Amino acid sequence: MLNRHEIFEKNSIVLLVGVLIVVAIGGLVELVPNFYLKSTIEKVDGMRPYTPLELAGRNIYVREGCYTCHSQMIRTLRDEVERYGHYSLAAESMYDHPFQWGSKRSGPDLARVGGKYSDDWHRAHLVNPRDVVPASIMPGYPFLAKTRLDIRQIAADLKTNALVGVPYDEAMIEAAVADLKAQADPENDGVDGLLERYPGANVRDFDGDPKMVTELDALIAYLQMLGTLVDFSTFDAKADVNIR
Amino acid sequence: MATAIQRRPLSIGEGGLIAAMTVAALVCLIVVAKAEDQAMAFHAALATLASGAAAFLLIKRYTERGEAIPQEINGKPNYQLGPVKLATFFAVFWGLAGFLVGLVIALQLAFPVLNFDLPWTTFGRLRPLHTSAVIFAFGGNVLLATSFYVVQRTSRTRIAGELGSWFVVWGYNFFILIAGTGYLLGVTQSKEYAEPEWYADLWLTIVWVVYLLVFLATLWKRKEPHIYVANWFYLAFIVTIAMLHLVNNATIPVSVFGTKSYIVWSGMQDAMTQWWYGHNAVGFFLTAGFLAIMYYFVPKRADRPVYSYRLSIVHFWSLIFLYIWAGPHHLHYTATPQWAQTLGMTFSIMLWMPSWGGMINGLMTLSGAWDKLRTDPVLRMLVVSVAFYGMSTFEGPLMSIRAVNSLSHYTDWTIGHVHSGALGWVGFVSFGALYCLVPWLWNRKGLYSLKLVNWHFWTATIGIVLYISAMWVSGILQGLMWRSYTALGFLEYSFIETVEAMHPFYLIRALGGALFLIGAVIMAYNLWMTARHGEEAEAEPVGAGARLQPAE
Amino acid sequence: MNYTALAHFAQTWGLLYFVLIFAGVLVYALWPANRRRFEDAANIPLRED
Repeated sequence: MLNRHEIFEKNSIVLLVGVLIVVAIGGLVELVPNFYLKSTIEKVDGMRPYTPLELAGRNIYVREGCYTCHSQMIRTLRDEVERYGHYSLAAESMYDHPFQWGSKRSGPDLARVGGKYSDDWHRAHLVNPRDVVPASIMPGYPFLAKTRLDIRQIAADLKTNALVGVPYDEAMIEAAVADLKAQADPENDGVDGLLERYPGANVRDFDGDPKMVTELDALIAYLQMLGTLVDFSTFDAKADVNIR
Repeated sequence: MATAIQRRPLSIGEGGLIAAMTVAALVCLIVVAKAEDQAMAFHAALATLASGAAAFLLIKRYTERGEAIPQEINGKPNYQLGPVKLATFFAVFWGLAGFLVGLVIALQLAFPVLNFDLPWTTFGRLRPLHTSAVIFAFGGNVLLATSFYVVQRTSRTRIAGELGSWFVVWGYNFFILIAGTGYLLGVTQSKEYAEPEWYADLWLTIVWVVYLLVFLATLWKRKEPHIYVANWFYLAFIVTIAMLHLVNNATIPVSVFGTKSYIVWSGMQDAMTQWWYGHNAVGFFLTAGFLAIMYYFVPKRADRPVYSYRLSIVHFWSLIFLYIWAGPHHLHYTATPQWAQTLGMTFSIMLWMPSWGGMINGLMTLSGAWDKLRTDPVLRMLVVSVAFYGMSTFEGPLMSIRAVNSLSHYTDWTIGHVHSGALGWVGFVSFGALYCLVPWLWNRKGLYSLKLVNWHFWTATIGIVLYISAMWVSGILQGLMWRSYTALGFLEYSFIETVEAMHPFYLIRALGGALFLIGAVIMAYNLWMTARHGEEAEAEPVGAGARLQPAE
Repeated sequence: MNYTALAHFAQTWGLLYFVLIFAGVLVYALWPANRRRFEDAANIPLRED
């Protein structure tokens, strides 16, 4: 009891358990409801998993640490919505492992950069940003255009994503390599199959180099789809299920 | 007795560690052969070399050692100082490296040509290198060194186990090596402050569990009836970081022979988990751990007990209780549920109280001895660090208010806030502790030069002031420019115009960082001269018998 | 589980939990009989061996 107060000072295990209880409760209460409250992730039309090429591009985005300067989260503030587009929904990053919302904007938000610029612009910009934006402080990534995309693991990438909850089915995993090649080559026989599995995917030679699928192809394919999936004509922000 | 020294039999710990290291070397060799990417092959090769070398050195140590190391010499505890010295060395080394990389990336933002457009030198790869080097490598080694020192001294007993603490220091620094080289090679989870990939995380988990066990076992064999409050903070830091690390880094590797993994959390849930982790890395790594340093080193250096021990107890419980909730203030106005944002903001504002309670406790410890601030630049460094702690823990709750955050978030204001805490609080309290520790560890009368400490203090202080004021101005300026409208109701500035406006402040920030680095170089020189050429202390005040030990 | 139920729980039991913990810590720290022990503990760093 209280006059046997040395408990904490004298018993390291009691101290340890006390600390654990105090810190664990805070974590549990804050984190767990987000998996159960139905309104956490909005009901929307149009979300689909990344195509294999887009996922490969996302992995390059992750590898290069783009999140250190670019956010992917448009806040519910007037100026942000006017500058970048509709505020970001939780549903839009529900297949993101990890999330890339970012915390610093040394460069602009990219949550809806898809379709804003041409492939040519992205190509020039990624090779040397100052060729198209003279005052840019972004590093150049000329090596992306010269590096052949490593596709040996792509099926395993999809499979691991499926394990953590992304709805990739057997057919998608099996066709991963074919789908990846088809997306960067409009002449490819596999384009129909790709579009059946991933409706509305962009199919182009993103980097303008038909000789090989490069890391630049993948990264531009990813950037060009960012924020374009959700059909906002059917999204009702005021609906009960969407109030957060 | 003229009999030969009896060699002790191989202990279970020794034998187990030798076996584990040998097995690890073999397993890593297999991984080298089967690796699916070059980074994995490189890291597995490093691990093979390191574990092989460890096994070899452990066997060599066994064959060469003599009598058992005594727990006490002449009735005084025979403190184990070797691992403390090693961690102190690493702290200074990584500190210099981390500050230097910080200066480089500050200059990259002012002059993008410095990215050199090579894969391994771009800002995106160097920025995690900087943050990890200063937080985990510099800060982490300071925490290892001071915690192993403080827990022994305040328990009046030699650290538990002979090899455990060595394993922790070497193992932790090997983790740093893997994490840092990984960033340069593009191996990252791209989760802020949790960038190391799955295999590095796994290794850190092993090291951390041993760290916890060594710390606890030392408390169990203590000679003091009480567990001094600094040890409470260390314990909370070790336990909570373990919990955060495990939950936030739950990943599934694509292949056990490859570096890439996917985190099990997704999107919004991942964001919540990440900032629950991220903010408590601040709360428990950079705050609780360094408050432990404050609670030992400030009283020790001022030669008077802490102002109020009762306050320290209230400080401890309310701090750890409130901190754990504050994470969602990093996610205001995002797709995080509003209730979580509100919860995060409320607790962040309440945090102001225990933070200032702690600051008052630290500062008031000097009451009646304020004159020492004039004569002792080390104490001045410690006290100014506590003042910076008060300043940044006032700014933090302010920035967690939604309306303020709408302006400050995504801008340099956040960077400035972090650095007033990191440079002012964590940096200065660490420097103060290192200036105390080195003479104690190497048994010196005092520091090589107090004048140089003074130089360090002033260059670093001016550096911090330049850094944080530049970031305040640039952050608020950019935040205001983003939301500025013309009379006709259009956004006034394009994004790139707001980037251009930052340039002068990025120059001032780089200058501030350079001054801070120069200060640290002065410190490194001073500490080196103290350890190598300082005057022996006459008595043997600390670590008596340290020199009687066989090589550890 | 829905949002309202969660909010209700937080505003009653959650609040009670916080108040009780804080009160417990205060009582423990200020309990008169603890005073001597705390003073002793405060001097641990200063006692040289």
